[in-house]
Amino acid sequence: MKFARIIFANLLRKKVRLLLTIGSFAVALFLFVFLGVVRDAFNRGADVASADRLIVINRTSIINSIPLSYRDKILRIPGTKAITHNNWFGGTYIEEKNFFVQFVIDPENQRQVFPEFVVPDDQWNAFLKDRVGAVCGAKLADRFHWKIGDRIPIKNNMYDAKNSAWEFNLDGIYHGKQPKDDETQFWFQWDYLEERVSQGFKGQVGWYVLRVDNPDDAPRIAKAIDAEFANSPYETKTEAESAFAAGFVKQFGNIQTLILSIGSVVFFTLLLVTGNTMAISVRERTSELAVFKAIGYSDLTILFFVLAEALTIALIGGAVGMLLAASAIPGLAIALSGLLPSIVLAPSMLLFGLAAAILTGILSGIVPGLTAMRLRVVNALRRV
Amino acid sequence: MVKVDGNGGQSSLIQARDLDKTYRRGGEDIDVLQGLNLDVEAGEFVAFMGPSGSGKSTLLNLLGGLDVPTRGRITVAGDEITHMSGGRLTEWRARHVGFIFQMYNLIPVLTAFQNVELPLLLTKLSKAERRAHVETALGVVGLSDRMHHFPRQLSGGQEQRVTIARAFVSDPTFLLCDEPTGDLDRKSADDVMAIIEELVSKYHKTVLMVTHDPLVAARANSILHLEKGVLVEGRHSPQETAAGGVA
Amino acid sequence: MAPDLYSFHVTWFKVVLALFGLVILVILLAPVLGSVPVSYNLRSIRARWTSTIVAVLGIAGTVGVFVAMLSLARGFEATLVASGSPGNALVMRAGSTSEMMGGITLDSIRVLQDAPGVARDSSGSPLITQDVLGVFPVPLISTGTDANVQVRGVSPNVLDVRKFIKITQGRMFQAGLSELVVGTNATKTYQGLTVGNKIDFGGGHWQIVGVFDAGGSAFDSEVWCDSRNLNQVLQRPPNIFQSATVHLSSADAFQEFKDTVVRDPRMNVDVWREIDYYAKQSTRMTTLITYLGGIVAAIMAIGAIFGALNTMYSAVAERGREIATLRALGFPSWNVTLSFLFEALMISLLGGVIGCLAVLRLNGITTNTMNFQTFSNVAFAFRITVDLLSWGIFFALVMGILGGLLPAIRAAIRPVAVALREL
Repeated sequence: MKFARIIFANLLRKKVRLLLTIGSFAVALFLFVFLGVVRDAFNRGADVASADRLIVINRTSIINSIPLSYRDKILRIPGTKAITHNNWFGGTYIEEKNFFVQFVIDPENQRQVFPEFVVPDDQWNAFLKDRVGAVCGAKLADRFHWKIGDRIPIKNNMYDAKNSAWEFNLDGIYHGKQPKDDETQFWFQWDYLEERVSQGFKGQVGWYVLRVDNPDDAPRIAKAIDAEFANSPYETKTEAESAFAAGFVKQFGNIQTLILSIGSVVFFTLLLVTGNTMAISVRERTSELAVFKAIGYSDLTILFFVLAEALTIALIGGAVGMLLAASAIPGLAIALSGLLPSIVLAPSMLLFGLAAAILTGILSGIVPGLTAMRLRVVNALRRV
Repeated sequence: MVKVDGNGGQSSLIQARDLDKTYRRGGEDIDVLQGLNLDVEAGEFVAFMGPSGSGKSTLLNLLGGLDVPTRGRITVAGDEITHMSGGRLTEWRARHVGFIFQMYNLIPVLTAFQNVELPLLLTKLSKAERRAHVETALGVVGLSDRMHHFPRQLSGGQEQRVTIARAFVSDPTFLLCDEPTGDLDRKSADDVMAIIEELVSKYHKTVLMVTHDPLVAARANSILHLEKGVLVEGRHSPQETAAGGVA
Repeated sequence: MAPDLYSFHVTWFKVVLALFGLVILVILLAPVLGSVPVSYNLRSIRARWTSTIVAVLGIAGTVGVFVAMLSLARGFEATLVASGSPGNALVMRAGSTSEMMGGITLDSIRVLQDAPGVARDSSGSPLITQDVLGVFPVPLISTGTDANVQVRGVSPNVLDVRKFIKITQGRMFQAGLSELVVGTNATKTYQGLTVGNKIDFGGGHWQIVGVFDAGGSAFDSEVWCDSRNLNQVLQRPPNIFQSATVHLSSADAFQEFKDTVVRDPRMNVDVWREIDYYAKQSTRMTTLITYLGGIVAAIMAIGAIFGALNTMYSAVAERGREIATLRALGFPSWNVTLSFLFEALMISLLGGVIGCLAVLRLNGITTNTMNFQTFSNVAFAFRITVDLLSWGIFFALVMGILGGLLPAIRAAIRPVAVALREL
């Protein structure tokens, strides 16, 4: 494009200022993306929830258990495809700050209900045969540098009064099918838990996860399950996985508002910085702009020049910001994984960032651009 | 032929009739031009002189379509520009006028070549065609060897010569110069004027020039004085005559 | 802030901070030390007021976010820490990471009752409460969706053990009945938790008979009832509790109490000062907020410094001739540098103050979140303290120095002749 030379020449007028403005842009966009990623991490549960899965918990309290005997009764309800059960283990691996999620699983049905977690068949078979076997997610293995064959000791004084370490063999590592699937879980066998807990704890599961043939059927099935166990000592509450997860997220209070507020502060400040830079740059060039107009460049063309400059800064800064995000966020994810798992940078987030950059570029160039557009040659060239 | 009495007839290239221009300054109305008339035929080289504040630059701005008169009519090459809309006027300027101001002409971040090319970017010429025109223009002003220098690497006189090249590169109908030698030393001023004269004599350009320097004005074919809002003919202004001739 | 954060770098960090502090002090004394007169700075700021405003706002935004996030973390921590009294000891099964995990039998409670240091009431009964914990879903007032409220089954004499808690509405529950008292924050956060209301959970109907004020601690988000009733509802064995809180005769009695209890062969327990236990309970959430806030603030700081750099560079550029003239007149270079640094500090100080003022309104605003470690909802408030504000201002000044240093140096070293020639 033949005007490109003019636009770039103008940008390079003051190199330091250009670099600083691009830098501000890069920083702001990096922050944008980071905030978006954190927000997604909090919402993750709801994000990956499957439309055809239901969660069954004890109606009285989520921490109360449900009997294993409910399983067959639930399966008899028409429309159910597969069912598995989980217990929350909540043990400690060496130190409290190494916290990660531990689930006691039902290996026979785990893969039918959670097809998104993929374990190579040979590892899974080894796990099935190993009473004290365990499978963990790839990100968890990375965090502690575990390999297949390692022995993982976990203490839990709730199930073990002596608080001795239960040692598990890491037989398998699972991967999620999508980048946003949670790869930080630790699984071991329900049979082993049954074996080791005292009589009072036997035969109890934490919750059921159920797959149905048809997601549209889910409300009917949920009602049927709860009706089945109403008025029993262990009443149930069944809801879609997405509703369950969303409920969890809502308990984190005003996270969204907080993130939105910070995001707005950033956006607004960025607008100010670039807008101000453009305004200064236009003010410095009044006589030059007047010459352009005298030669015959239309007002709209001048507006276009200013907008193009602003947009160029925005795009370059935005690209740098995206690059920073792409390289830094995986590292941050690992550092924060004990506190906030599943921090993932989705490509859509980068696109969103790019759009934000473009929008900011245009907005910051508008006011100075209009000033430049409305500049009258005779006023600008008036001899002092 | 140059006339200031309003009886120019059909052969004028540039024609102004009953021009008034009034400014509002400090709450007062100042009538700079009052019923001014002008006829200039093609190929003329006219110098406008007059005391400071007399409205010389104002007249130039009006003739060049940079400003609109309060009253009156301006016609150039048959087009009446007084009532043209902003957009049309800009297009008209691009095609018909070449400007040479006293200073701030060149864009500092562009080379001499790129500066001269500016008017051509508004046309549909190809890159190669543009280059040919630019090189020719720079050749005429004698700066072929400095094509890729930036303005800060040129002397004042050289900068003005580049400006001249830019002013005529797109072959406009006429050139307007506002104090073209204002800031220059005698030698550079001479070089600049020599080129302008060449543009008139060899390339048959029409040039309207404002200047306060009688030596510069003397190189034009006609000198007009702006007094009390109208143009007056004569090689010497009444003041000069009273002061005892040309300085 | 959680001590883990700076475990390696504490000493280095302190040295750097001290250095910055010293530099700031020197610069603030600039007018006295003989920099270029302050009126020059003021005039310059006024001439470039748009750039200045941009730099000020950039710093204000960064400081605001910094203070807000830290006050959020502090608020959460304070809420939990306030739950503990220095004169109380918490006893749980050995190895428990939280009360939820614990288990203490009635026999063990009896051992505790006889231990040295346990305070007694006027009739000689030991001041101990055995607690049972559960979480139950109750809709939030704010979103209408369920959140887990912590229900604590306590001994009827609990108000003598946790002496800072007072009933402010209605009355305490009667032992053995299905009655509840709710914390001040719980009333405001959950639907239907008001005196006179009945609510259902655990297959039973409960009558809310009172509201208690727990001084802004985590207890304020809880609902209390008789521990025997709760054990029934949770279908747990009746004589097993999850923790015991003991009111000691004095804070100093803690060590003797702990030693005696821990060494007793019948007991398999951990004994904590109540304050220490609650401080630990808050670490994960506090650390998360502090980390996230720290990252955000650090990134914004870089942006703010860029903004300040932009402003200061344009200040130097614009005043080129003036600087050159001053130096030609005999002002030494460092005077000029000091003057620009002073200007940078003034701008950043203003930004810091504005940022602090802007977030001050947040102080005391409550929000709630789920505490990972106890699985229940806790209401807490932003907690802005004077020292936090001071840190915010200091942070602003540091950004000012970083943004003003290079331009100030450039002002000083530019060759005088060049500067004079420039228009």
